[in-house]
Amino acid sequence: METYSFLREFADSWALLALTLIFIGVVIWAFRPGSRPVHDEAAMQIFRNETKPAGEAGRGVDRAPASSQKEA
Amino acid sequence: MWDYTKLVVLGVIAVFAAIATNYAWDLAYQVNALVVMLAAALTFLWTLRTMGEPKRATPNEYLDGVVRAGVIATTFWGVVGFLVGVWIAFQLAFPALNFEWSQGILNFGRLRPLHTSAVIFAFGGNALIMSSFYIVQRTSAARLWGGNLAWFVFWGWQLMIVLAATSYVLGGTQSKEYAETVWYIDWWIVVVWLSFLAVFMGTLINRKEPHIYVANWFLLAFIVTIAMLHVGNNLAIPVSIFSSQSVQVTAGVQDAMIQWWYGHNAVGFFLTAGFLGMMYYFIPKQAERPVFSYKLSIIHFWALIFLYIWAGPHHLHYTALPDWASTLGMTFSIMLWMPSWGGMINGLMTLSGAWDKLRTDPIIRMMVVSVGFYGMSTFEGPMMSIKAVNSLSHYTDWTIGHVHSGALGWNGMITFGALYFLTPRLWNREGLYSLKLVSWHFWLATIGIVLYASSMWVTGIMEGLMWREVDANGFLVNAFADTVAAKFPMYVVRGLGGGMFLIGALIMAYNLWMTVRAQPAKAPVNANNFVPAE
Repeated sequence: METYSFLREFADSWALLALTLIFIGVVIWAFRPGSRPVHDEAAMQIFRNETKPAGEAGRGVDRAPASSQKEA
Repeated sequence: MWDYTKLVVLGVIAVFAAIATNYAWDLAYQVNALVVMLAAALTFLWTLRTMGEPKRATPNEYLDGVVRAGVIATTFWGVVGFLVGVWIAFQLAFPALNFEWSQGILNFGRLRPLHTSAVIFAFGGNALIMSSFYIVQRTSAARLWGGNLAWFVFWGWQLMIVLAATSYVLGGTQSKEYAETVWYIDWWIVVVWLSFLAVFMGTLINRKEPHIYVANWFLLAFIVTIAMLHVGNNLAIPVSIFSSQSVQVTAGVQDAMIQWWYGHNAVGFFLTAGFLGMMYYFIPKQAERPVFSYKLSIIHFWALIFLYIWAGPHHLHYTALPDWASTLGMTFSIMLWMPSWGGMINGLMTLSGAWDKLRTDPIIRMMVVSVGFYGMSTFEGPMMSIKAVNSLSHYTDWTIGHVHSGALGWNGMITFGALYFLTPRLWNREGLYSLKLVSWHFWLATIGIVLYASSMWVTGIMEGLMWREVDANGFLVNAFADTVAAKFPMYVVRGLGGGMFLIGALIMAYNLWMTVRAQPAKAPVNANNFVPAE
């Protein structure tokens, strides 16, 4: 019963606080300045490498180099 | 050397299964042992026959054979699962369909877990495994890790399905909803599932893309959490190594809480997170536009992960569970509304600027309706978790209606969309055999779900009200049998709705078959029917 009470109190105090802070941190991280190009690039990921894996050199033929995509 | 090891292991398994068949304590175990023996013997023969064949190293191709097999298995188990569902729906409406000669095998009580496991784990499970293998390869730009391990996952999962199905009808169950499989099948699931995790993680680690696309986050969360839930809920000690019976480690309210911690998160991570992974890949692909907001998808993911795991206690309102736990479950269920609707908005708004596709593309229509049903059932669920509402809805058909609007509407429709998306691509066809048949499927399924859900709302609320109705002296007005009699017309409507859904699935199976058989292949194709090099 002691273990139960301890875990119960720990869960609704420090653990709750820690998890809430981590979650808020994730939200802030998602909206951090300069994340937009990274996210735009990630969202376009599904339109590459449709038919075969990227090769070692140049990361595949049907994938434009990352630098040129940022300019676009 | 590896082939010899495999032969030894398979031989030992086959021999042990044969011994187990002989010493079995119960029929379910005996039949399962026979199935294992046959499976091990067949795999043994196949390994023996293919030994010494040169292995083709193909790091420059995706491993799509296993995804093709997944498409076939998903379609097949879907039709089987829906058929059993329609059958047991009519068994409830017309009890005479529980035939005397089939008592103890094909009556409602035996077929019900067969139906739930067939649609969730056979249809849904194959859909998830197939989609995971397809999506993780494309978004990682890497071939599946682990060589034939992916094939082991596929065949291991099919073996699990056959074992579970034969076990259920012969009475093998550990009496936990959605976790009925007995202890040795649970152990097998652990082996297959950890292999699945290894293939998925290995491919992610080998990825050529710097970023892990959000669909993979959802799929990984699904795989990891299901592993944890499955192990936690199935801690049991077998009565004998030759028996299907086992004793749970926990008892009473603790066991009930663990069961619904598992049960609700099976909904949350199997039927929600996994299928959201499918949504975040297939909807943008079919709409040919990136997801509406990638930031929102990140927040959607973390909010879902942080909140879902606490919602389980809402299955145990007004039971021996402590009040604080039940209130906690309710509160978190209501909070879940927000990430759910955030995800729904993200899926729907992906079509912004391309809404015209809804008119021309029945596949997109299917996916959009699927997301719509996701939104509807994630509104209904939190509402039903409120204690006051739950006191009316619990133990009634409303719950069954809620589950089916989620399962048929959200899981079913997005899977149909994925199957229509994948089949022409995997078999290298120009397009589907018939878009008109997709439209037929769409309307049959949608109307079927509407009939199902609305009849269950009516009968559920009616039943709940009848149960609590008291006369002026405080006596209950209705006997249980009165509610059963009153529900008859709605049960027939429900059966018809399910029948329409089944016919839709049969049309899909025909359409996919004809796509592979009759549609001209995209030129040029190489000898192995792999995708052509660019």
